[in-house]
Amino acid sequence: MLQVVLSGLALGCIYALIALGFTLVYKATETVNFAQGDFMMLGAMVTVVLTVWLDFPIWAAVILAVVGMTGFGALLERLAIRPVLGQPQFTVIMLTIGLGYILRGGVTMLPTIGTRTNVVAMPYQGQVWTFGSVAISVEQVMIVVMTLLLCGALFVLFRFTKLGIAMQATSQNQIAAYYMGIPVKRLNAIVWGLSIGMATIAGILLAPITFAHANMGFIALKAFPAAIIGGFGSLPGAVLGGLIIGLVEALAGFYLPEGYKDVAPYVVVLIVLVVRPTGILGERLGKKV
Amino acid sequence: MRFLFKTSYEADIRLAKHAGHVFWYGLLMAVLVAAPFTLGAYWLTQMSMVMIYAIAGLGLMLLSGYTGLMSVGHAAFLGVGAYTQALLVGAGVPFPLALLAAALVSGAVGVVVGLPALRVKGIYLAIATLAFGFIVEEILVRWESVTGGNGGLPVDTPSLFGMRLSGAVPLYWIVLVVTVLVTLLLLNLLRSGTGRAFIAIRDSEISAQSMGIGLARYKTMSFALSAAIVGIAGGLYAHQMRYLSPEQFGVLVSIDLLILIVIGGLGSLHGAFFGAIFLIATPQLISAYKAWLPAAIGQAPGILTFVYGAVLVAVILFEPEGIYGRWRKIRTYFELFPIYRKGMLRRERTFQKSERLK
Repeated sequence: MLQVVLSGLALGCIYALIALGFTLVYKATETVNFAQGDFMMLGAMVTVVLTVWLDFPIWAAVILAVVGMTGFGALLERLAIRPVLGQPQFTVIMLTIGLGYILRGGVTMLPTIGTRTNVVAMPYQGQVWTFGSVAISVEQVMIVVMTLLLCGALFVLFRFTKLGIAMQATSQNQIAAYYMGIPVKRLNAIVWGLSIGMATIAGILLAPITFAHANMGFIALKAFPAAIIGGFGSLPGAVLGGLIIGLVEALAGFYLPEGYKDVAPYVVVLIVLVVRPTGILGERLGKKV
Repeated sequence: MRFLFKTSYEADIRLAKHAGHVFWYGLLMAVLVAAPFTLGAYWLTQMSMVMIYAIAGLGLMLLSGYTGLMSVGHAAFLGVGAYTQALLVGAGVPFPLALLAAALVSGAVGVVVGLPALRVKGIYLAIATLAFGFIVEEILVRWESVTGGNGGLPVDTPSLFGMRLSGAVPLYWIVLVVTVLVTLLLLNLLRSGTGRAFIAIRDSEISAQSMGIGLARYKTMSFALSAAIVGIAGGLYAHQMRYLSPEQFGVLVSIDLLILIVIGGLGSLHGAFFGAIFLIATPQLISAYKAWLPAAIGQAPGILTFVYGAVLVAVILFEPEGIYGRWRKIRTYFELFPIYRKGMLRRERTFQKSERLK
């Protein structure tokens, strides 16, 4: 039982990390990134390329992958997202779906590593700590710890730095922020970079459990319910939603017959949408005329 | 250069605006009717496939392109229609009745989904429909006594007045007739009050509401109609495939349908047809020409995904109106010949509107 809850929490943290990624982007730029899972996959695959082809030590590969992907995210915002800003949300969603398709298809074109499932050789891989009857794999502990650290870092960023406060201002009212002298476009690029950097971290953390392969990004389809449950646009909500989804999935897999595990998150999200259409911690704003 | 003088309301809402329309659509019909007598079974199958996808695209176009509601779960309606059709035809129900029932069941499911979907919008609606799509797919897998689960469900050949219609040619005729009927239905719908109400909701919910359009009523109606049309496509798809399994109706198919309407041209019925041609032709073209590409690229399993993604991104960035928009520009260029200017059909500059404050 405790075992199930723990693995559910670890899974929930992965969902939370992915959900944080697109909540961040949604909050700041009101665009929805349907390719978040594919960026996560790309991050893990970049790490694989660095370690397998270029023989980087694992720590250097991880740092390089996160930094590189952050830059890539900012660049992508400039090249692909900014030209369609101001278009309806639907356009941006389709654009990111297209980007995700390009990444997922493009990765399979890498010789040998593109089509197989790769192992990211983390130093802690396969280790297990045992406390009495409960066995915890170090991979899961790492996921929980890293999620906590990242949440802390985000909290500090938004609460105490000028950059974070500027981001909050932009997300509340873009035009007003622009008038106050905040470089909104540059901020958008930074937010995209941050979000994709976080996706990369999620990918690297997930890689020891599911291995790195072209289709690992599909897990993000469960992070959407997580973000919705918490209320899209709320960062604590994303974490809460991720944990709820992870727990629901683990418990459904344990108590209910086979097959319910995969639909349980979607049933939960539909219930939440019917009961509270803006999610648990969602902002509820009325139109002022 | 053609000048249209409209002297009555009838002239304004006429389907064929001028003699050119009559001629070209007549020619298209003639070619489509002549096709079974001249083309082989392979081409007929491909053309049926294009038309089936076009019907599904028309359904989604009504919802996304004309009512402005996004759905990432439309493959579920395709599945509901296909399984209804397969089960009813298997039970001996005549083909047209089964197709009607497929449309009705699918439409009823659409109402059920549409009702909660009315309370949410934008990304919330997208995720709600995504969730619904996953749940339907899982039901198709788990309800083994009815759907055959992952083992699949064979589909009987359709029969009409005691005749068994097997083979590519009879199916082509059925699909062609249904496609024409559905297209005419939508053309008429869109020039009626209901269709205008849908478009008004797409352009601005608040102004539509102020004009006395009941949002709940029309959104549900749009959802139901869209689901029913996709259900019809599903019924035809069942006969085309002759074998159904749940993974044919997964989330990737829903996204394929979205890609279809965006690449074809959002907000135009032509777009559904152009998009369907793109969606069916691309895999064939790739398998025909991939020998010319370097092995690492040509043999990659993800090449189709890559091409879809690249075309989708290119269309959104450079031609937001899709294939139909490009065609409209070319046509306008020749209609106005020496005096066409580059920016004539350019979309207006828009500024970001917050969707949170609606």
